[in-house]
Amino acid sequence: MGFLDISNVTKAYGNVEVLHHVDISVQEGEFLVLVGPSGCGKSTLLNMIAGLEGISSGDISIKGKVVNGVHPSKRNIAMVFQSYALYPNMTVAQNITFGLEMHGIPKAERDKALAEVAKLLQIDHLLSRKPGQLSGGQRQRVAMGRALVRNPDVFLFDEPLSNLDAKLRVDMRTEIKKLHHKLKTTIVYVTHDQIEAMTLSTRIAVMYKGYVQQLGTPKEIYDTPANLFVATFMGSPAMNILPARVVTENGAPHAEITDADGQKRHLRFSGNGIASWANRDILLGIRPEAITDPEGADRKSGNVQQIRNRVTVTEPAGSDTFVTMTLSGKDAISRMRADSNVVPGETFDFAINMDKAVAFDPESENRIVV
Amino acid sequence: MMSAASQETAVSTGRIARTFIYLVLLLFSLYYLLPLYVMVVNSVKPLSEITGGNMMALPQTFTLEPWASAWSTAQIGVEPTGLKPYFINSILMVVPAVAISTILGALNGYVLTKWRFKYDGIVFGLLLFSCFIPFQIVLIPMAVVLGKLGIAGSVSGLVLVHVVYGIGFTTLYYRNYYAAFPTELVRAAMIDGAGFFRIFWRILLPVSGPITVVSVIWQFTNIWNDFLFGVSFGGTRQPMTVALNNLVQSSTGVKEYNVHFAGAILAALPTLLVYIVAGRYFVRGLMAGSVKG
Repeated sequence: MGFLDISNVTKAYGNVEVLHHVDISVQEGEFLVLVGPSGCGKSTLLNMIAGLEGISSGDISIKGKVVNGVHPSKRNIAMVFQSYALYPNMTVAQNITFGLEMHGIPKAERDKALAEVAKLLQIDHLLSRKPGQLSGGQRQRVAMGRALVRNPDVFLFDEPLSNLDAKLRVDMRTEIKKLHHKLKTTIVYVTHDQIEAMTLSTRIAVMYKGYVQQLGTPKEIYDTPANLFVATFMGSPAMNILPARVVTENGAPHAEITDADGQKRHLRFSGNGIASWANRDILLGIRPEAITDPEGADRKSGNVQQIRNRVTVTEPAGSDTFVTMTLSGKDAISRMRADSNVVPGETFDFAINMDKAVAFDPESENRIVV
Repeated sequence: MMSAASQETAVSTGRIARTFIYLVLLLFSLYYLLPLYVMVVNSVKPLSEITGGNMMALPQTFTLEPWASAWSTAQIGVEPTGLKPYFINSILMVVPAVAISTILGALNGYVLTKWRFKYDGIVFGLLLFSCFIPFQIVLIPMAVVLGKLGIAGSVSGLVLVHVVYGIGFTTLYYRNYYAAFPTELVRAAMIDGAGFFRIFWRILLPVSGPITVVSVIWQFTNIWNDFLFGVSFGGTRQPMTVALNNLVQSSTGVKEYNVHFAGAILAALPTLLVYIVAGRYFVRGLMAGSVKG
């Protein structure tokens, strides 16, 4: 029993089921991020928690109390919307205290709560302005202020940073994280940005096609993705997925791939779990940062395999250089140090950290334990 | 700001072309103002000056007698009451009819955009359809309904008729205006604990100024200027338009043109006033939502 329980929840519009049997239990103080591409059902789920959309079957409970039919204002939740949804005809102060006013809280208490929140978010000087006179970042703060002032059990964020420019988005991301550390409130946060999901969350639910594909800590999601979708959705650049064959060499399972010239190369797996897949095709997943130049290889890794291959393209990105090469007939990207001296068209030695490699069943697309 | 904008966007033309444009425009405005001129000028002349002289000439002796007569003593049908009681009838009819149809239109628009329900599109379609029904078609059924309700021939009967007829238009205005209003704001207000009417009153109405002006002007001019419903259902409480007709048609002996002109101006004055006061918001409201900012 968690603080916020979503148990066996489905959502259907007519005959079309858009959310299928979602089960998530959120502990108090947890920062849960629902992440997935457009149309995966993450916003629908958030709206169902808020009470803005009905539940077709299953239960949502907050603090042990089922809230299925409870009006949004009686769930003790607060929501920050993508568009901020500030009331255009009210000042910042009125915007923030509107909810308190609706709940019949006396003026003196409202003013006190307003002052506290304004100080916390550093918007004291904006209180008498209208939303139209604020910048994007300021509106964002006011929207958060409106949520904070209610002192709710659960905060719901619906893609709150997607309307900000790139730099401000990073700043506000840090600020939300700081706020969570300070207030220790329970947060459910919807985003399609996997970096936001990784940086902010204590746990992530990756959603796709109305299913929760995987629920876990950012590290679990990143290192041991449950299936091919999670593996490729999380991480940028995306994980390299290479068709490979499992072969046994010296009694240990290896992945057989081909290099740019079509030569067969064998990479030893770190474990023996995949031995039962001998002589069968799999999909080998290697993250860009697990392919490096030999000097840049992870020293803590117990299984670094070298491979010589031709470089197709290099993309210097300042902090790193992304190098593209062909492996098993696919473009594979590796993340190299910024000053690595690789040149397109030439061949170089690369180190592949097989401790970080994952494998997938090409049929079911589920992960195979290596 | 306006002038700067028009300077930037206007197509530049030569001096001769410009002079020509202004001349044509001037001619048009004169042509349009001519009837008003004739009405005003002749309403302040003694009758002898009209019958014995020129309609276009300025008055030689200025008199407000025709105005006073049209207002309080002229023969309307068989009663020498002047237009005054009918003017009051019109006001008593127009004000509630405009207010009620506008409020109902706003509520309809609010529900049709923010509280969607099954088949709401069909409901809106039917309301829209009512905009296209000619007045004449509903005369007989309306007479039956008013009779059954026991408000035939009364001001409240006329109010009902105009409200029913106006709802289609006001709903159309408000629905289209509120369609552009972000639904997230309504959801935010719901979470904040505001109910159906509170959201309407505190969140939507404060930003509905432009469309309210449009709705009020449209309804006011239509209801004030309506003749057919007035003459059909007015009974003894007929509106200004019907009375004006009776004033002009029913004079025995000499036609008092000066009084007729004064009466016609009196009948047109309220709509004129509404346009002058709210006209600039009218254009702004019609354009609202079509262009950003």
